[in-house]
Parts: sequence; structure tokens; C-alpha cells
Amino acid sequence: MNTQTSAPPAEEHASRSSWLRGSAGRNLGLVLALALICVVGVITGGERFADWGNILTILRLAAVLGVVSIGMTFVITSGGIDLSVGSVLGLATVWATTLATQTMADSFHWIVIVFTALAVGTAAGLINGAIIAYGKVVAFIATLAMMAGARGLAEIISDRQTQRVQSNEFTAFFRADFLGVPVLVWMFVVVAIAGWFLLNRTTFGRRTVAIGGNAEAARLAGIKVKRHTVYIYGLAGLTAGIAAVGMLGRTTAGTSTNGFLLELDAIAAVVVGGTLLAGGRGTIFGTVLGVLIFTTLTNVFVMNNMSSSAQLVAKGLIIVVAVLLQQRFANKPSSTT
Amino acid sequence: MVTEDPPAPLLQMQGIVKTFPGARALDGVDLDVLPGEVHCLLGQNGAGKSTLIKVLAGAHQPTDGTILMDGEPIDIPHPVAALEHGVATMYQELDVVDGLTVAENIFLGHELATGGFTRRRELVRRTREILARLGHSEISPNREVSSLPAAGKQVVSMARALSHDARVIVMDEPSAVLDSGEVDNLFRVVEELTNQGIAIIYISHRLEEIRRIGDRITVLKDGKTVGRNLRVADTPTDELIRLMTGRDVEFVFPDSPGVAEDAPVLLDVDGLALDGTFHDVSFRVRSGEIVGLAGLVGSGRSEIIETVYGARRASRGTVTVSGKKLRPGDVPAAVDAGIGLCPEERKSQGLVLDEPVYRNITLSSFASLARAGWLDEPAEKKAATVQIEALDLRPRDAGRAARTLSGGNQQKALLARWLVHGCEVLLLDEPTRGVDVGARSEIYALIRRLADAGNAVVVISSEIPEVLGLADNVLVVSDGEVVHRCPAKDINEHGVLDLVMEGSVA
Repeated sequence: MNTQTSAPPAEEHASRSSWLRGSAGRNLGLVLALALICVVGVITGGERFADWGNILTILRLAAVLGVVSIGMTFVITSGGIDLSVGSVLGLATVWATTLATQTMADSFHWIVIVFTALAVGTAAGLINGAIIAYGKVVAFIATLAMMAGARGLAEIISDRQTQRVQSNEFTAFFRADFLGVPVLVWMFVVVAIAGWFLLNRTTFGRRTVAIGGNAEAARLAGIKVKRHTVYIYGLAGLTAGIAAVGMLGRTTAGTSTNGFLLELDAIAAVVVGGTLLAGGRGTIFGTVLGVLIFTTLTNVFVMNNMSSSAQLVAKGLIIVVAVLLQQRFANKPSSTT
Repeated sequence: MVTEDPPAPLLQMQGIVKTFPGARALDGVDLDVLPGEVHCLLGQNGAGKSTLIKVLAGAHQPTDGTILMDGEPIDIPHPVAALEHGVATMYQELDVVDGLTVAENIFLGHELATGGFTRRRELVRRTREILARLGHSEISPNREVSSLPAAGKQVVSMARALSHDARVIVMDEPSAVLDSGEVDNLFRVVEELTNQGIAIIYISHRLEEIRRIGDRITVLKDGKTVGRNLRVADTPTDELIRLMTGRDVEFVFPDSPGVAEDAPVLLDVDGLALDGTFHDVSFRVRSGEIVGLAGLVGSGRSEIIETVYGARRASRGTVTVSGKKLRPGDVPAAVDAGIGLCPEERKSQGLVLDEPVYRNITLSSFASLARAGWLDEPAEKKAATVQIEALDLRPRDAGRAARTLSGGNQQKALLARWLVHGCEVLLLDEPTRGVDVGARSEIYALIRRLADAGNAVVVISSEIPEVLGLADNVLVVSDGEVVHRCPAKDINEHGVLDLVMEGSVA
């Protein structure tokens, strides 16, 4: 690196022309899209939209989807898919609010509820990973089975009744603000930052990218691909568990319908954010922007009293346009300068 | 089949030239095929056989030359045109659709239908007819193809050719997937076909097969026809091998300083076997030694070193690296012990193409280049750059995507991966495949340098001169067995071919 004294200007020029096609360029596009939605929000909603309270509302709503999407980013970067995160989230909220769990929390500490949710999520994820890696079942099918199974189990456990969180301390903690920002939002921020470091600064992240980019090459390079796959799905389950805690904090309700179809929103946010569905490239920053785009869009539509059906149409359009743009970039790799 | 007064040729290819960017694959090939004969096409890997049959199948367009059918010039702009002209090709990987029935496969693409509805009864009747022509009435038209053995699928493939009224059928190593009983059956079918006036272009490396069913032989070398219309009956094996060998090799192979008697054995393979693929393979590689595995495609060469590496789980036998016995089927353990594999398919097995070169180089070395799971990118780039300079990998840009490198430089990136890791045993499968002719000598010199530096190297190549030129010692592999071992200087290309081609039928 230090030896390249010969022609730095050419190098700089090359990097500038490829800049727009690189990850920075992709993220810029997302920022512009988000800005556009905000402009529409300001025009149609004025003060109601631009209000700090409304911004916090958007972020609070983004938290649950956001946390799940961080986990999903790893799964998709590794070339996999996880259809079960929504159901697993539902199961985690139910399991964490059963009479047994709450009694234990009562006699000990509300943190029991948190740990239960995390444990349920992680366990479900590890099971997914083991079935995919060692059972050699396609991820789509294995997680589809978990999607059905976890939802059913949640219904059995809760008897389809809503279970309220009894612990006032729990509710108080998750409804509180820290430095003027809700705890839920902090949760998203912390998970996103941790996710960024994990993907970009650790061997775990590098291996995830390598497996997604070329699983056979990764295997022949001596990476324990199967074990790593189990970890990746375990991580996705863990984020579903964290999101379940967030969901309980926001609504205090443990029901088997929690997180219904959330996996589709998460996949959409991840892919719109620029992570390749085929694997081999992932971006946490892009995922966060993808989540914010969808959540802000919902907020603008709700504020204008527009039907959720119209929202779905807009969402569909965004997904298609984003992926079409991505493919055009993918056809011209940023590295051929 | 050949009478004293030979009939007019059915198919003629004259002066076929095919150039690819940077390579002249065919350089004036002539081929005459008579009706009802089995015409064998012979030549080493890279001689141009595959390109020639792809031209005939319409998959490649010739740069120059004419193709005549019944003396009339024809054009084969796409695969369907080949079928329309009566030329059907059976590739080695049989192109049958597993989920469909025998009848559906045979009429795939030209289904018998009226107004979009298939005429099932007619389909079955015609299928029975064709199978009977092939002498295989026992195959039910309604059987699902996935339930057939390889030999059965081959029959289906031939039946498909007949359903197109093919007059020339190209068979690319049809016996490779069959056991000996099935080969007899194949030959019977071939005879049925030739009796009906259909010409077969038969590609095989097994001389014994060619002697059994072949009528005439065309030999290719370096994209040229070097032996034309040789009668099988009066052409001795020696003559054939002489024609196939002695390819122009413009490469310089580095001299070997010889292996010291007391050099430590770094790799010791003992009685290694993989059921159904190879058995009882033993060899040792000393520090500073290059051992070459010579053999044809499908002989089990690649499988042997993949098994040594743990990418396949050995059925029996042991692999010992620097005195440490490896657990079978455990690649990470092999890598830890100091073995590195540069696989045959660099792009699909070796590199993460969209990742930067330096990340490809450091992919196996996190044990030394990362701390407790945290990456140290400056250290990675530094370690990669050291090897990039040592191996003269170009361009000297560690951050470039691996996809953008040339074949030779991708090979260097893989070598660099193992050097960064500190591997002492290097397994190189086809190290110059896809490498420009000009860059080959450089790769050869590099491999020799790595051996001289004290590494133990195993090289596989389909190009026999390459193995003989590089290696100190050579193992000749045929049908999953080491049939000969000797110092590389004691054997020539002719000798190796003699050993591997005279192998019996399965």
C-alpha cells in the first residue's frame, strides 16, 4: 500500500468514478429516497410530521422491525433466508409472558422475562441452523417449517389469549427515555452498531460474507461452514428474541399473533438496503435505511389518513424499483475501473 | 462396415478453424464420416475434440471452414439447426430431465401435440418403436427417467437422437459412466444403429473400446487433424500414440535440483481409498519435492488429492502431515496441519470473486491475522501485499475484486493464501488451467521455487508434458489406481499414454 507512489492521481480518479457505484453510492440513493419521503411528509403533514415527537414515534415503530432486520442481514448475506423470524418473535413474546415466567419474574426480577424471550429466540434460530446445516434442508423450507411450527406452538401455549406483562418495572423501563430518546430506540441503535461491528470488523462477519459469496470456496479454505451456518441462524433467532422484548415493551401484550408477516418486511428492508439476496454482500447501514424508509412511509400514509392498502402498493413499488436499480449496479461491478 | 469401394461420405468437415480470444482452438480440422460407420475421434485433452463437436452441434460457430452433409454445404447457427440436419450429440453429462417419463424425455422440445394437448397414446407408441429399434423394448415409455440407471438414461438420450431422425450421432465418452456389462450393451446398441446406416462419431480414450467397435479413426493434435481416416484394423497402438504425442510445447520447465535423500517427509499418504473412486493409493512427498499425478480426466486424480485434503472423506487409509495424522474428512484440520489445496475450478471452488484480493488471500489465516475474532485489516493487507510482491501478482492492488484478475494471477492469489498461512504441503489441481499460454512458464517457475524453498508439492494436470516437466517423481493414475510410479525423467509422454490408454474396459 505504501509503495504506490507512482500514480496516485489515476488511482484517485478511478476511485472517484467508481464511488457512485460503490456502497457509498447505494447508500446515497437510499438517503435520497428517505429524504424524498420526508419532504412529502413535511408538505402533506407540515408541523405534525416534522415534530420531534413524531420522529421519535417513527423510530420507536422502526425498532422492532429494525432489530429483526439486522439479524436477517446476516442470514441473507450468507446466502440464506429466514422466514421464521416473525413467528419466533410471536412465540418469544408468548413464552416470556406465561404465568410461569411471570411468577418467576415476580419473585426474582423482570429481567427473567427478557432472558426468556432471548433464549426462546436463540433456541429456535439454532434449531433452524442445525436443520439447514446438518440436515441439509434448504433454508427456505427449514425456516418455513419453523414459521408454521413456532406460530402454532405460540397459539398452544397462549391458548390464543393475550397475556399482559404484569411487571410494572418492566413496562416502566421500556417506556422510559434515556437522554431524551426512548429506550426502545436505544435498543435498535445498540443492535445496529453491534451488527455493524460484527459484520465489518470480526472474523464472524468476514466468514459470513465469504460463505455467501462462494460457499464451496469457503469450505475448501478451511472455514467450518456448517458450524458457522448454525451460528448465523442462531443470531437471527437472537435478534427475533430481542425484538420480542421490544414488542413487549411497546405493547405489554404477549400474543401468538405478534410479528405476523414481519419476516417479509424484514427481508424487504434488507434487500432494499442493498444486501444481495444471492449472498456475498451485506450492509448494515443500508438495512437501517431500508427500515427507516418503510417505517417513515407508513407514518406519512397514516398521517394523511390513507388506507393501508395504498401503503402496500407503495411498498411493492419501492421494492421493485430498488431491486431493479441494484441489478443495474450489479451488472457493472464497482471494481472494474 | 467399410467396404472395398467406400460409399460417399455422409458428413464432411473441411478446414474447420475456431478461434477464441487469445487462443486458436481449431486450426484446420478435417473429418469425413461415412454412413453406417463408427468413426473414432482421438486426441489428448486440449487437442480440440470438444470444440469440434460443439461446432458440429451448433454450440460454437466456426471461424472458417465448411461442413457438408451429403455433399451439400450446411450452416449450423444454433443447436436446433444441428438436429434439423440430422446431427445429434450426446454429451457426457446426459441431458435428460429426471422428473419426466422416458417418452416425455424423448420427445422433449418436439412434443407430439394437437392444439397444445399432448397425444399421449401416439407418444407412447412412437417411443416403443424407437426403443425397439435400439433393442431396448424392456424400458417402459411411462417410467420416470430418474429411476433409470446411467446406462438407461444413455439409451433414452440415444432414443431422443433417433426421434429427430438423426443420421449422425456424436457420443462423447459414452462408456465413462458405465460398468463393463453396460458397456457391452452400449456396443450392441451402437451396432444396431450402424446397421441402420447411422454414423457414429465416437470419442473415447480407451483404445480397447476403439478396437472393438471402431471402423476408422481421426486423430487431433493442437487443433489440427494429424491422422486421417486411419483404419482401426491396420493401425497399431504405437502409431496412434505417436500421432497424439509430441505436441508443441513452448514452455520452459525449470530444472529440479533433485530431492535430498534425507529431506523430511512432509506428506505421507498410506493406503488411501475412496470407495467407488480409487483404492489403495500410497505416496510420500519430501520437502523440496514435486510429485505429479498423471492420468486422464475421470481417472480419479482430482478425487485423490481432494481426499488427501479432507474435502472428501476417505473410506480407508491415512494421511500424515509432518508426522501428524489427519482426521479423515476434516478440511480445517488439514489446513491447520499445513496443507493447502488450489482446486481445479478456481472460480467456483477457490475464490470469493467479489471480495478484494487481500481478503481472498487471508481467508484461511485468521488464526494469525485476527485477535479473538476481531479483524486486523492493516495486518491483513500487509501480509497479503508481501505475498503479492513475492509472487509478482499483478496488478499490485490488494483491494481489487478477485473477479478482475487474469487466470494466472488468480492462481497466484490462491498460492498466496496458503503461503500466508504458512502451509508446507501444497496440492495443486490443474495449476495452469485457464492460464494464458504466456503466463504458464511463470507459474511453472513459481511452483519450482516454492518446492526449492522447502515445501512439498503435489501437482495434477491433464497435460502430461506439464506433469513430466514439473515433477521430480510421477504417479500414473488410471481407473482409480496407481498403475506406475517412477522418477519423471524415466518416463515420457508416450509411456504415460501407453499406460493409461491400454487400461482394460472398466
